[in-house]
Amino acid sequence: MNGRREMKGLGTDVQALVGRGFGSLGGARYVLLQVAQPGAARAWLRSLAVTTLAEAEARRLERVCQLAFTAAGLRALGLPVDDVPGFAPEFLDGMAGDPSRSRRLGDVEESAPEYWRWGSGEAEPHVLLMLLAGEGDIAAWQDAILGAMPPDACTLLRVNDASGPVGREPFGFVDGVSQPEVDWEGTLRPGGAKDRDYRDRIALGEFLLGHGNEYGFVADHPVQRGIGRNGTYLVYRQLMQDVGGFWDWTARIAGRDGAVALAERMVGRGIDGQPLPELAAHGLNGFTFAGDPDGIACPVGAHVRRANPRSGDDPQGRRGFLRDVVSSLGFKGTAIHDAVASARFHRLLRRGRPYGAAPEPLAVIAGEAVAQECGLHFICLNASLARQFEFVQGSWIASPYFGGLSGEQDPLLGNRCPVRSGQVTDAFAWHDGDGNPRLVAGLPRFVTVLGGAYFFLPGIGGLARILEDAP
Amino acid sequence: MIRQGHIFIASPLRFGVRVELERTLASMTSSPGQAEPENWLVPFGRLKRIHVARFVVLDDPSLRDRIALAESLPVTEPVRLAFIADYDGGDAEFLEALAVVAGPGLRKIFGFCIDFEPRTDLIAWMRAHRCRTAANYINWRGRGTRQIAEEAALHRALRAARLAHRTEDPETLWPILAQAGQAVPLTPLQKMPLLHRLGDIAHFLLLPVLALVLLPLIVLGLLPFVLLLRRREKTDPVLAPVPDRERNRMLSAQEDHDITNQYSAIGSLKPGRFRRWLAVVILWVIGWGARHIYRKGRLARVNTIHFASWTFLDDRRRVYFASNYDGSREAYNDDFINKVAFGLNLSFSNGLGYPRTDWLIRGGARREEDFKRYLFHHQIPTQVWFKAFPGLSNYDMARNARIRAGFEARPRGRALRRWIAEI
Repeated sequence: MNGRREMKGLGTDVQALVGRGFGSLGGARYVLLQVAQPGAARAWLRSLAVTTLAEAEARRLERVCQLAFTAAGLRALGLPVDDVPGFAPEFLDGMAGDPSRSRRLGDVEESAPEYWRWGSGEAEPHVLLMLLAGEGDIAAWQDAILGAMPPDACTLLRVNDASGPVGREPFGFVDGVSQPEVDWEGTLRPGGAKDRDYRDRIALGEFLLGHGNEYGFVADHPVQRGIGRNGTYLVYRQLMQDVGGFWDWTARIAGRDGAVALAERMVGRGIDGQPLPELAAHGLNGFTFAGDPDGIACPVGAHVRRANPRSGDDPQGRRGFLRDVVSSLGFKGTAIHDAVASARFHRLLRRGRPYGAAPEPLAVIAGEAVAQECGLHFICLNASLARQFEFVQGSWIASPYFGGLSGEQDPLLGNRCPVRSGQVTDAFAWHDGDGNPRLVAGLPRFVTVLGGAYFFLPGIGGLARILEDAP
Repeated sequence: MIRQGHIFIASPLRFGVRVELERTLASMTSSPGQAEPENWLVPFGRLKRIHVARFVVLDDPSLRDRIALAESLPVTEPVRLAFIADYDGGDAEFLEALAVVAGPGLRKIFGFCIDFEPRTDLIAWMRAHRCRTAANYINWRGRGTRQIAEEAALHRALRAARLAHRTEDPETLWPILAQAGQAVPLTPLQKMPLLHRLGDIAHFLLLPVLALVLLPLIVLGLLPFVLLLRRREKTDPVLAPVPDRERNRMLSAQEDHDITNQYSAIGSLKPGRFRRWLAVVILWVIGWGARHIYRKGRLARVNTIHFASWTFLDDRRRVYFASNYDGSREAYNDDFINKVAFGLNLSFSNGLGYPRTDWLIRGGARREEDFKRYLFHHQIPTQVWFKAFPGLSNYDMARNARIRAGFEARPRGRALRRWIAEI
């Protein structure tokens, strides 16, 4: 079987974003719409030229248009999603639809949905129209698209602008360095937790519905009329970053000269995206944390370690049949080093972009820059909201207990809310250059959630079914 | 070393009291399912010996599976109220202490059960309604509530001192920490009494001795056993329905208020003597392994379970599984699937509708989606759940014990750095 040819066939049925981030197109608009009149909305949305992956692979594109829908949006368009079997319950409930979910995701206090600018209640979007183009072109294109929208089709809830540079988040760190390598060719034969060593290549079914996943099964998805095939779930969260607060705090703790070094420990990478030198990496991503189980080089609580722990299915690695059995029975290794395993079942394709004008870190540290509002439009794609995005956000990023720690959340993203028993979550522990353990407490909240929603990004065929008028 | 006990008391409900019972149980909680430690009926917090406890209405929504999958099993079973607790010390002392602290409250709660009358002797009734647990897992045998509380206090004191001197190097920090720790009283850890140790050794020897004695029978029986098992594994029906969102919301509302969560699941065994006796033997072996092999922090590779138990109900037609685990339900399932699928298959594959296994340990939980749905299908709400140490995970408790050990024997060099890093 020619895997590549099969993949090319797939490309015509997949929205381009699944395979590409389009970092070269510096302009981005996330247009959030609510359906006004379903028939008119369907007709207008049908008229939009949605970019396929095949097009993106064939030539360099100047403009990219992608379409995704919330469950509320599909309902508004007349698709009875609650009766169509196969849609994920998390998608049907919505990101802000259940207080238990908000609690688990850490969306509480200032980040609670009730304070969101969009995504909750009356401000829940129906349609996400994503426009990517050159920075000089994007505004005109947006005007042309929205100008052509019939007034009875949709109402404009909000337009979120992204700003350059793509690939650098507002705290100043190079972002989006580590992405899973998607197995488009179907070369993997995964069948559950048996890959004791870390690997970056991940089964297509982890990102695209209708394909085999890392457990070796095709997961549940809406099969009726092919609506779900080659679709994926798109998670969108608008994260406001307190850049001034971040650098003020790091400078206060570590001094002006030490601020960047402390921030690099918190992130777990250099500000330029380079791995921490002690990890002896080959290139940007050629490393794991297997040789650093206690976080001497890269703190256990560091952001990159939480977001992508690079763990195989067994911290012992592959050691031959008998020793693997001994390890599986728990007779080898220690509990704390086994706290985070099997990272490959929780990988995400990240497609986020920054917004606002982020000042230079050194200027903030020197007190020369006044920060305006800026942050990240965090966008990721996954086939299982529960097992991928919600797991990473809830069990790894927001949890003060990640990796056997306690009292620490993600040093960048944590909400710092005490746990129910009153214990604080605002600490961060690392080792300094001499190997001495260091600990600080009182980390302020640097990131606040301003909005968010779960979308379904259908395949091209699925999109046509969603938008076709009922016979 | 403290001996730990486990009790499971259950009795059928009176007709028509369900709503009132649930209202009464809800009045003991501060948020859905979470016991208020000083609640007006059973102030668990005053019984310093309890680790975890729960009241749960054993109402089995999966009973109707029997109509389609197991005609030979009765269509109904009684709905029971169960009280389950894990505690330090002997059973008799526990029941007496419980009756002293919460006598009137317990009488009110058990009054919803069919045979509990105003004049009933509470302790005798609890003893009479005790169900024997088929297998019981304790994360760390011998780590009692007092030890946990004192070590957590020590950690708090040392951490505060460390934060107050956060730029000092390890050698300078040690005397400061040693001084700060002096203020925390630490009760010396007890060794296991000789009699208990002998009892433990005898119980440990039981399995190998039985295996030796029964070896000829085992050899003879192996082939028929394998044939029977394989035939059943290939034909046993699977039932893993799509989760109901409303029920999921109700269960989620009880979860993730603390690092530790409760878990209750109930279901029927597959019909017939083969599965019933296989379940009996396997749970006995799991109980033996939990007592003698997995004593200190790990159940195979799963490190997040504080206490777990399997209890037969209704003449071994059903099993109730109770667990207390760290992290989210999704993370717990993840551990089941990715770390100990073989163990889950051994213990759960005799359940009616369980995802297909091969050779007892393969498949099953590895069928991720079916497995999660099967678990969800059998999960039931726990009306009142108490944990004595909110905020403390198993990793915290083990870390605190290491911190205490380091505090009592001054570490040096790299060991000192490692010790400080844990504070």
